[in-house]
Amino acid sequence: MGTFILRRSLQGFLVVLGVTIVVFVATRMIGDPAQVMLPLSATDAQRAAFEQQFGLDRPLDAQFISFVGDLMRFDFGESLWQRRAALEVVLEKLPKTLELIGVGLLLATVVGIPLGALAAVRPDGLFDRVVVGLSLTGLSVPQFWLGLLLIMVFAVGLGWVPTFGSGSLAHMILPAITLAVPSMARIMMLVRSSVINELNQQYVRTAKARGMPFGRVLFQHAMRNALVPVLTLVGWEVISAWAGYTVVVETVFAWPGLGFTAMKAINHSDLFLLQAIVFVVAVGIVLVNIGLDVLFKLIDPRIKEA
Amino acid sequence: MAYAQPTPILEVRDLHVEFDTMSGLVQGLRGVSFSVMPGETLALVGESGSGKSVTAQAVMGLIGLPGSIVSGDILWKGQSLLTPEGQKKAASLRGKSLSMVFQDPMTSLNPLMTIGAHLVEVLRRHMKLSKPQAFARGVELLEAVGITEPRRRMAQYPHEFSGGMRQRVMIALAIACEPELLIADEPTTALDVTIQAQVLDLLADLQKSMGLSIVLITHDLGIVAGLCERVAVMYAGSIVEAGSAATVFEQAEHPYTQGLIRSTPRLDDRRDRLVSIEGAPPSLLHPPKGCAFQSRCPVASRQCDTKPARQETPAGGSVSCWTPSLPAWADVAKTTEVHAR
Repeated sequence: MGTFILRRSLQGFLVVLGVTIVVFVATRMIGDPAQVMLPLSATDAQRAAFEQQFGLDRPLDAQFISFVGDLMRFDFGESLWQRRAALEVVLEKLPKTLELIGVGLLLATVVGIPLGALAAVRPDGLFDRVVVGLSLTGLSVPQFWLGLLLIMVFAVGLGWVPTFGSGSLAHMILPAITLAVPSMARIMMLVRSSVINELNQQYVRTAKARGMPFGRVLFQHAMRNALVPVLTLVGWEVISAWAGYTVVVETVFAWPGLGFTAMKAINHSDLFLLQAIVFVVAVGIVLVNIGLDVLFKLIDPRIKEA
Repeated sequence: MAYAQPTPILEVRDLHVEFDTMSGLVQGLRGVSFSVMPGETLALVGESGSGKSVTAQAVMGLIGLPGSIVSGDILWKGQSLLTPEGQKKAASLRGKSLSMVFQDPMTSLNPLMTIGAHLVEVLRRHMKLSKPQAFARGVELLEAVGITEPRRRMAQYPHEFSGGMRQRVMIALAIACEPELLIADEPTTALDVTIQAQVLDLLADLQKSMGLSIVLITHDLGIVAGLCERVAVMYAGSIVEAGSAATVFEQAEHPYTQGLIRSTPRLDDRRDRLVSIEGAPPSLLHPPKGCAFQSRCPVASRQCDTKPARQETPAGGSVSCWTPSLPAWADVAKTTEVHAR
């Protein structure tokens, strides 16, 4: 297991290195950073001063070497918008996003897995139809629209919770639900079909023949096998929330996390901050993937080193 | 019926099972009756689709949608298992007094549970043992079914076992709670021939030492002759002939049984080619009104358009045929030659 984690970490390191190279190329070569980051009214002298300040006047290879060197010291430069170290800004916003993803996906799995499993007990029964209907609705609703709708009804209309911002549990409710709904719908659908599939397996029939009560057959036997593919999906949900959905949800609710900050960084043409965010997101994705691989090995004894 | 004999441990009476499929109502069982005495071994023989496994599932209470038991009765020591109280009784018997070994050992164990967890689960449920007691008993059971290093094997997962070893585990699970009746549904079909013999020997030994009754489902007549006292031959969802193994093999009454025996290779008979029974069993979606074997029977007559009743044979068995004991396939070789244009 130790060597397995070590090898995955090395692979992950290469992935992160690749991502940073892409980021470097994208920011230096596709556009002119000086043009992007300075206001349109800046003079040529100001541009030259800016380029000199950030070393943008040097040859590309020299820039890349110092870029990677800074990276090794986790120095992403100074955020132009916030006027402090970019990484500091990122680390400050990070917990808020983790909190949102944690609560949102906890909600999605805690609701989605049991509902999906119960729906699978009687495929095409009344309960199943309700669950499938809910899932399809959840899958079809655009997330930003769902967020706005929830604000209109529960924050503006009923006044139960604040419209935006963070700080209390009440602030958390609407963003977490908004983030959870599409994930919950996908998890429900997969759990349902996965449990239906497992309940038709021979080992389920032999467990019944050994006199195991249905509850035990469902939870001890079928569910454990059914959750192997579900774990893949949950991992994917974590990654897509981390690298995408939170940007939408945090922007709708002005949730002061990484996604909202990424939007602001873009609006402020703050390339250094954006680089730091992309780096942290890439590291996060790699870590989640390693975590998933470890979990798979723990759950399914058939998975050998791969 | 005269009850001079002891009560059978299991009695199946005129059982009808139907499956409501997309293409229509399939009549899986069409009036199956048989009984098993304590300590007896009964073979249910027949080709694929004749209803052997459906019979086993019905007895185990494993017929689920789209299938259902339409009529007939299943009695355990004279008490019905199909009434509401009977179903409760059945639930308490299942896995304990009444257990089953399935056809495919490769898929019959939960891939995410250790062998030990399977054994402990069933022992704790039915024998009310504590975890350490159940574990110790599990080790003994593995040893009893001929698995070496049982203690180490308890911690292993199904994928670390070969097919034959898995079937031994399935047998250990089936006998764990000292059953009175064991249903073995083609227990050796998925195994190599050498392993088959070992597993059958194991079953025979267990039967002797535990005094259990066995219903052995198979299409292999060779297995039947070696292991079973009584034989019931199934065709198209019903039993066409039943009797002691010796009489059924020596003086088969039903043309289908005779055909089956003819089509089994024998060491003492050096025929050039094996004779098969021409044709295929009828569809159980629209079974024929009369005798189901009619279309393949060399001695069928107009009589066979009505279903033959079950009748006793002189040797003490029973047969459902209008013209039993006719040597139906006497000149079958000629017939096939004529048919092969």
